[in-house]
Amino acid sequence: MTYDFRQSPVVDQVGIEERVARFNTRSIKKGSKVQALKLALNMIDLTTLEGKDTEGKVTQMCYKAMHPHLALPDLPSTAAVCVYPTMVKVAKEALKGSKVKVASVSTAFPSGNSTMQIKLLDTKLALDNGADEIDMVISRGEFLKGNYNFVFDEIAAIKDLTHKYNARLKVIFETGEISTLDNVRRASDIAIYAGADFIKTSTGKIGVAATMPVTLVMLDAIKDYYFKTGIQVGMKPAGGISTAKGALQYLVMLHETLGNAWLDNKWFRFGASSLANDLILQLEKEAKGVYFSKDYISVD
Amino acid sequence: MERIEVLKTYKIFIGGQFPRTESGRYYPLKLKNNMTVNVSLSSRKDFRNAVIAARGAFSGWSARAAFNRGQILYRIAEMLEGRKEQFLEELKQLGYTPAAAKKEVEQSIDRLVYYAGWCDKYQQLFSSVNPVATSHFNFSVPEPMGVVAILADESSALLGLVSVIAPAIAGGNTCIVLASESKPTCSITFAEVIATSDVPGGVVNIVTGNRKELHSHFSSHMDVNAIINCNSEKDFNKTIGENASLNVKRVFTWNKNWSDEKEQGPYFITDLQEIKTTWHPIENIGVSGIKY
Repeated sequence: MTYDFRQSPVVDQVGIEERVARFNTRSIKKGSKVQALKLALNMIDLTTLEGKDTEGKVTQMCYKAMHPHLALPDLPSTAAVCVYPTMVKVAKEALKGSKVKVASVSTAFPSGNSTMQIKLLDTKLALDNGADEIDMVISRGEFLKGNYNFVFDEIAAIKDLTHKYNARLKVIFETGEISTLDNVRRASDIAIYAGADFIKTSTGKIGVAATMPVTLVMLDAIKDYYFKTGIQVGMKPAGGISTAKGALQYLVMLHETLGNAWLDNKWFRFGASSLANDLILQLEKEAKGVYFSKDYISVD
Repeated sequence: MERIEVLKTYKIFIGGQFPRTESGRYYPLKLKNNMTVNVSLSSRKDFRNAVIAARGAFSGWSARAAFNRGQILYRIAEMLEGRKEQFLEELKQLGYTPAAAKKEVEQSIDRLVYYAGWCDKYQQLFSSVNPVATSHFNFSVPEPMGVVAILADESSALLGLVSVIAPAIAGGNTCIVLASESKPTCSITFAEVIATSDVPGGVVNIVTGNRKELHSHFSSHMDVNAIINCNSEKDFNKTIGENASLNVKRVFTWNKNWSDEKEQGPYFITDLQEIKTTWHPIENIGVSGIKY
């Protein structure tokens, strides 16, 4: 199938913003709220991507991923943990026997400024260590230069590799750097056609992270591709989603754009670290009927 | 042409801002000049938002130098003095006689100055070095409890409010206050004073509304560390006590006559402090070789 990425649909920014404003007026209460909060928790890629990461910190986070909050026994685990390639082994070991997947960033995360050879080696390192999912970054500089073939080819090359290991590939655009919604739509098309299993907004390493308008544009790209081919692609907004209320608004948008088939952590993830605790806070409030305190929830 | 007077909208005070109640509810309050004020009838969500603001402000406020907290309390007094006339007028509209209004405002200012002075002094008086039988240097110091919820005195428009806010924040706590339901206007004007006194947003939050509706929410929130009721309703106090047990909040009933000079003192500050004791492994620390 051929597709000219210069012909990607242009985005009506005002329309997108109006539509997002509508999602934010939906009211979800009581039983549906509890269900949505649990679903959101189950969709989290619990993330630590810092220079100061240690084996201890990663092990601790993996425990939290499997047992978000022991005081509420029927909580789901998170979908995955997301770490640097060097920490994959540690995470894999800590998560043994659980359903929680290990995602690893790669391709010279977060800037993506390296040679193809190193990016492939970086990815191979993560895969050899046992990563179930790879979160790659695109070369934003090349993209902004209009070198779409370059971006397409690098995604396709990494996809080749992840495919051999039966791992799923998430492609990060760093939407804060490619700025316009038109660019976001074009990057989405490129990644999807190059074989991405998931498209992802941000690295979480720059000021502007996931926003609802950007996510909606990406969901629209997924929808168009699905109608054309029948193939489902996943979505992962990352960074900046720290409240339960915000997460529920994303779920409303997901449901009203892509429908029930995507309401599963196979097709939707939140890249977040502090969101889990706010979800637990709200779940405790629903369970006990009184507003809860973070004093009773583990920090990491 | 006759000028139309511009009247103030009385909103609530959360996190240093003046939002309307999220519930959109109001209750009418008739003033002596026959004007009617629509006062915000705050909801549990307003209270929750206020707790989030207060919790967020706590680490910064409690970490400030005690001397700086004193300066800020004194600044509140200065601002209140500067807006005396406005408060006198508002108190009159709430039914105070001119003499009573003057006394209320002046006592409020004096009380703020009084607690401003205590900010960096109660620590010395209530700290101690404790003799222990092991080779430790053992000492105890007061530390602020955290977020304090306050149901202010119903009978007082300003002094009752100031008399509980001042000791709470002097000791490094942050607070959420439910103002007097029948005399709420002064509390919101006082919030304007606080907002212009270098008090960081969220340290003092003031909501207006119904005590019957809100007392159970004030006492059940798990992120509140202490609750003070300045009124004497027995059944409210029972509910408050029961709810407070959820997270072992400190509960105080300060049903006082605030115009009495005796109803101020460092013990109002220390009621809202926890004592931290440290065992420091040092043997000889004095020239005389005394082991504490």
